[in-house]
Amino acid sequence: MSRKIFAFLVLALLLSAVAACAPAATPTPSNVTLTFYYPVAVAGPITQVIDGYIQKFQAANPNIKVNAVLSGGYPDTLTKIQTTIKGGGTPPDVAVLLSTDLYSLVDSDAVQPLDDFVKAAGGDSFTSDFFPAYLANSNYQGHIWSLPFQRSTPVLYYNKDLFKAAGLDPAKPPTNYQEMVDAAKKLTKADGSQWGIEISSDGIPYWLFQSFVIGNGTNVVGKAANKVTFNDPQVAAALQDFADLGSKHKVMPADVLLWANMPNDFVNGKAAMIWHSSGSLTNILKQAKFDVGVSYTVGEKGFGAATGGGNIYMLKGIPAANQAAAWKFIQFMTSTDIQADWSINTGYIPGRQSAMSSQAMKDYIAKTPQAAVAPAGLKYAGAELAAHNNAQIQKALGDAVQSVLTGKASAADALKAAQTQADQILAPFKD
Amino acid sequence: MTLHSRTTTTKKERRFRIGTAALPYVLLFPTVLFVTVFTLLPSLRVLYDSLFIQNQAVKIPQFAGIDNFTELFSSASFHDVLFNTFVYVLVTVPISVFLALVLALILNRKFRALGLYRLAFFYPTVLPMISAATIWYFMYTPGYGLINVFLRNFGIPSQSWLGSANLALIALMILGIWKQTGYFMIFYLAGLQGLPHEIFEAADLDGASTIQATRYLTVPLLMGTTLFVTTIAVINGFESVDQIYIMTGGGPNNATSMLLFNLWQTLFSFLDVGKASAMSVILIVVLLIFTTLNFIFTERRATYE
Repeated sequence: MSRKIFAFLVLALLLSAVAACAPAATPTPSNVTLTFYYPVAVAGPITQVIDGYIQKFQAANPNIKVNAVLSGGYPDTLTKIQTTIKGGGTPPDVAVLLSTDLYSLVDSDAVQPLDDFVKAAGGDSFTSDFFPAYLANSNYQGHIWSLPFQRSTPVLYYNKDLFKAAGLDPAKPPTNYQEMVDAAKKLTKADGSQWGIEISSDGIPYWLFQSFVIGNGTNVVGKAANKVTFNDPQVAAALQDFADLGSKHKVMPADVLLWANMPNDFVNGKAAMIWHSSGSLTNILKQAKFDVGVSYTVGEKGFGAATGGGNIYMLKGIPAANQAAAWKFIQFMTSTDIQADWSINTGYIPGRQSAMSSQAMKDYIAKTPQAAVAPAGLKYAGAELAAHNNAQIQKALGDAVQSVLTGKASAADALKAAQTQADQILAPFKD
Repeated sequence: MTLHSRTTTTKKERRFRIGTAALPYVLLFPTVLFVTVFTLLPSLRVLYDSLFIQNQAVKIPQFAGIDNFTELFSSASFHDVLFNTFVYVLVTVPISVFLALVLALILNRKFRALGLYRLAFFYPTVLPMISAATIWYFMYTPGYGLINVFLRNFGIPSQSWLGSANLALIALMILGIWKQTGYFMIFYLAGLQGLPHEIFEAADLDGASTIQATRYLTVPLLMGTTLFVTTIAVINGFESVDQIYIMTGGGPNNATSMLLFNLWQTLFSFLDVGKASAMSVILIVVLLIFTTLNFIFTERRATYE
């Protein structure tokens, strides 16, 4: 009896394996199926929103089907794609990756330049609608490689109720480093139950650090992909400012603070001010039981922030029919209406300026005025750290930041070591 | 009874003899095939790759001899990585094994809710490391995380476990010990239940205390189990990567960067095939040396009665 059952199970297994291998119905030649990899880096029902966009696109383009694949975080998505390409597999057709991944992607010959598509769509009149601060990351070697999709900057979130309680004007957030320190001192309780400011330095420490640098009138990177300036005295001063918050002014815990804990600390009232992505706005507003103010991150000389977030890329080596369909999809996802809707649902800044004046956005800003702050701050934004072998370069600067914050090295020494390391890594690259 | 000589064996009997002689090889074949394809060949490939420079700047592999190894051993951050890995292993292995034995001895008797206790200690093993790391990540939160709330009862102020260069590795070690002790406890329980009663009765008659009985009888008799769990614990230590990825990303400032995590980062983030292969070779060699030494040392003292 048991023998029969065993034989039956084996047969059932074999049959189901065969069925799974059976070819799907052959599509008609004009049908194209696109694979779209997208990472999720902010809280919220992201997959539902993306699926809604896919359905809208497929309804308008009946011969294109899009397979949307949630591929983890930004590093996971990049790793997946690069591993697939290295292993000789088929990459997806379209993917959302960090804008700063550009040089690594071009180095691995993974992405397709969009010049011809952009020209056919109107050239300059097509690209002029995108925020220049965001489009800056799309150009390399005279080509355009990507379009802004989910961009952000760090912003300063502050607890207006705690401001009032400390005698500070909630309509006047700090406009430079000194003002931030002064305000934070009034907002810090000696028993450690409330800190004036919390700025994290795990994960991608360089990103928030760049606010101090850009707010100090300089930057760690220029237009070249093979040069970085870490050991500049103003950069060292910016790093010292960061460390002083914890060690000297005592308005912040003197350790490496964790990115994921910051919104929780803020909504729990443990931190009166935090620096976090503009993309966390929707989530923070949902959870906070107090009046949330949004302003800009600062350095010694005033406001400053690095841009951040992801662009949408077309991968190389996909068939010509897929390329045309992929461009249609990219245009759709970066269109004014979708960008406005995406921004409202997540807190990302729309890539297109016209999205800010769309009716949906105007209505949203009327209800949530905080959402207008980050886009208006793009005029204070500087380029995000990007270079060849980006992951290692970012780690070199990140390690330097963490070593100073944990008191293991001085700012000047740490940055000098990081510069030496970066120079070594970038030496083989010609531009 | 007639004696069968070779010249008078029937065809059937000869086939039976060859069949029986070949049987062990046939049974071993799938395992040997798997080990060759998934362990031996990749190890040889990695050894080969480690002799070349191949990264984002150098796409076509350039022969470099042992340059990858000399660069690794002269890099300060790799020293940190090796140091962290050895500290982690040297701390978690003895503590886990010792705790497991103690727990097994305690839980080897019959008392109420015994099954519940065993379940409670074994449960961490069932959790995937990613899930455990995510839970502990939030337990370590400064201020209102469970660990800090618990420590406040003893007057210890809130610590930044994962953000402090001094505490981060300790935090990971606590998680590692918590995760694997239950697993080893099960092996010790099985071993304990297989021990002969007569020896202990004899020791009792001779007036030996429980501690003496444990030290001179139980522990030596369980040497086989100890060999096994120590090997597993060391391998677990060297293979730690999930919790580092989730909880610290190797930081702060390389305080928790360990060999396998650094290897993964070098290959999949920095795309440096040469260096990553060199690290793989180092990892394989270290584990081989350890396993061989452990085997020789404990085999001498183990009794497989």
